[in-house]
Amino acid sequence: MHAADGGIHPAYAEYCNWFGQQDRNVLRRKAGEAERTFRRTGITFNVYGESDAEERLIPFDMIPRIITAHQWRKLERGIEQRVRALNAFLHDLYHRQEIVRAGRLPERLLRGNDAFLPQMVGFTPPGGVYTHIVGIDLVRTGEDDFMVLEDNARTPSGVSYMLENRETMMAMFPELFTHVRVREVSDYPRRLARSLAACAPPAAAGHNPVVAVLTPGIYNSAYFEHAFLADQMGAELVEGSDLRVENGRIAMRTTRGYQPVDVLYRRVDDEWLDPLTFRHNSVLGPSGIMDIYRAGGITLANAPGTGIADDKAIYSFMPDIVEFYTGEKPLLHNVQTWRCAEPDSLAYVLDHLAELVVKEVHGSGGYGMLIGPTSSRKEIEAFRAKLKAKPANYIAQPTLALSTVPTFARAGLAPRHVDLRPFVLVSPKGIEITPGGLTRVALKKGSLVVNSSQGGGTKDSWVLDD
Amino acid sequence: MLGRTANGIFWLFRYLERAENTVRLLDAGFRMALTRNVATSEEEWRSVIVTIGQRKAYEAKNGTYAGIQVFNWILRDRNNAESVLRMVESARTNARMVRAGLTREVWEAINETWMRLSDALARPVRETNLGDVLDLVRRQSTQVRGAMDGTMLRNEIYNFARLGKFIERADNTARILDVKYYVLLPAVSYVGSSLDNAQWDNVLRSVSAERAYRWLNAGRMDPRSIAEFLILDGRFPRSLAFCYSKISSNLASLARDYGNSMPCHVMLAQCEALVREGRIDEIFETGLHEFIGGFIARNQALAAQVQRDYRFTE
Repeated sequence: MHAADGGIHPAYAEYCNWFGQQDRNVLRRKAGEAERTFRRTGITFNVYGESDAEERLIPFDMIPRIITAHQWRKLERGIEQRVRALNAFLHDLYHRQEIVRAGRLPERLLRGNDAFLPQMVGFTPPGGVYTHIVGIDLVRTGEDDFMVLEDNARTPSGVSYMLENRETMMAMFPELFTHVRVREVSDYPRRLARSLAACAPPAAAGHNPVVAVLTPGIYNSAYFEHAFLADQMGAELVEGSDLRVENGRIAMRTTRGYQPVDVLYRRVDDEWLDPLTFRHNSVLGPSGIMDIYRAGGITLANAPGTGIADDKAIYSFMPDIVEFYTGEKPLLHNVQTWRCAEPDSLAYVLDHLAELVVKEVHGSGGYGMLIGPTSSRKEIEAFRAKLKAKPANYIAQPTLALSTVPTFARAGLAPRHVDLRPFVLVSPKGIEITPGGLTRVALKKGSLVVNSSQGGGTKDSWVLDD
Repeated sequence: MLGRTANGIFWLFRYLERAENTVRLLDAGFRMALTRNVATSEEEWRSVIVTIGQRKAYEAKNGTYAGIQVFNWILRDRNNAESVLRMVESARTNARMVRAGLTREVWEAINETWMRLSDALARPVRETNLGDVLDLVRRQSTQVRGAMDGTMLRNEIYNFARLGKFIERADNTARILDVKYYVLLPAVSYVGSSLDNAQWDNVLRSVSAERAYRWLNAGRMDPRSIAEFLILDGRFPRSLAFCYSKISSNLASLARDYGNSMPCHVMLAQCEALVREGRIDEIFETGLHEFIGGFIARNQALAAQVQRDYRFTE
């Protein structure tokens, strides 16, 4: 909330004014109410690997994260450029691989990479769109400077929290929204439905596309979000067992018989999507869907094989990738990244383990990483051994970059580290970015891990109107 | 709508209905037990267990029919896969599965039922708080019903929900009658005795019918009119006739909506005739037990046919 000179950050001026007039006890009570609301409405998630099917809440912090109109405009341009580049990059990777031929991306990053799907080579998805929905994880590093921490081109989750956090804030503090002009996020589901429909496959010509959401089922950690989005879009929420091939289409079993699906917003990972093509024991997706997909019978969102763009070694090349496909200088920068595959970088990382964050290139969810400053000597040494054994499996980044924002703690307001994940929709009609996104906050003092599976919480994210 | 969604909705409301009816039955059993000596009160608890079809499962895990053991078994015992808590859990799991087919109010009412009941049943129930627990289930059921009534579109989803509810209710009422039918059989030696009256009263209480019955029968208490009331009186919401008038209108609404009749519609006509055109004298002539047995089987067959016709499963 405070700017570098110690004054109130301009983004927070109006909010601060309001906050100063609030009774702390009332606020504390409201925090309890919010939690009960989340429980009652079932905004819960299941934790993988926990035997009892206990459902947890993602802690919600009621102090909003505020972004000025000016900051947002700048961000928007950078995100648009990056997402445009990501789609061009994916198309190129699965076609001529010009970027490799030009010597701008080492071929070794693709060879043997499980996220690169040979089944996608030579195929262009309907409308030429690979990443229908993208989440770009950002951290603020200076007054108006944001950097990209991670791209989520595979299946970004968390958008339901963006929407529900706003609903909760409006229910808790209606008067606040009359003081501060905050840009709307609530039309995201409608935009999503429109954007998906705009990517309908050739087989859908001549009728309104039928959109469905494919979920692994109620025990998936993001099930709430799958049901929420289907509900909000007015789409069916299907499971693998509801689908089968009928007359060259993927069809869902309805009470009136089998009905073809045109666009499948699938929240099932590539490897489980089609037992004929990928994991043979999968029951999460229908057999034969990849053949139908390649024949133009269905659109899959996101396209299979987009996960290659989430790879953290590829990430480190994003500035080159953006420049290569857009011919422009990247507007959004990466966090400085050392590729441990390169001997000089590896030597530096090994020397500075205690200061760095080291991540697995294929990892996600905050697992398999080392956070130097908060790790014990023993942990660092154990990690050093893993790193030396398989350096190409890791990248490293500095820890200093994560900014903090005020958060409601037991003792009052306290600074906590946050990141920001805006949600981006891509269709042949263009790129749409919802003003705001998901702010994840590391609730433990000093912690840098914002993942909900590891003690992170969320905040409402405000983009101020001019 | 998806066949799986129809299945989820159908079972969600079957489970809720069964949980509620089980609680009504427990309530009647509890009251009966309070007015009896130990031996006859154990007999009463046994009959509650028999009514819900759990004699084998219960006796495999329990040695006696002590009240506290019986109601804890029925409400919350971990070894009981069909406890009220498990039924409400199953209802809620189904509700999560078909979340997009329910309004927010209906979902929240169901979710809240599960949350409150899990809390209330976190520890063993004692005689002192049994009433509160039973009350909680009844109140929450009313809340779900109210949310359904006030917020759900009258479409196919609603029809499948109602079908589940009334097929289950008809089944439950029939089973209660089936277990108690001997109480209603003419037995010369007991006629007019106070024991008979209390037992007859208990039959009515098991389906919360005691007040309605008295209203309509002005103090007359005899087995034939009790059976007639629970089977044939279309005014009483837990009677077989009432359930079938609802099942019939929901199936008719589906046929209109889909533009065609299904095999289940043919089957419906047979079940409905049993309770719409039936006469109590004839029912007693063929035998109450035989009549009820036949009804339960047809009701089950209808449920299975609805599930096939509307592609609930593959």
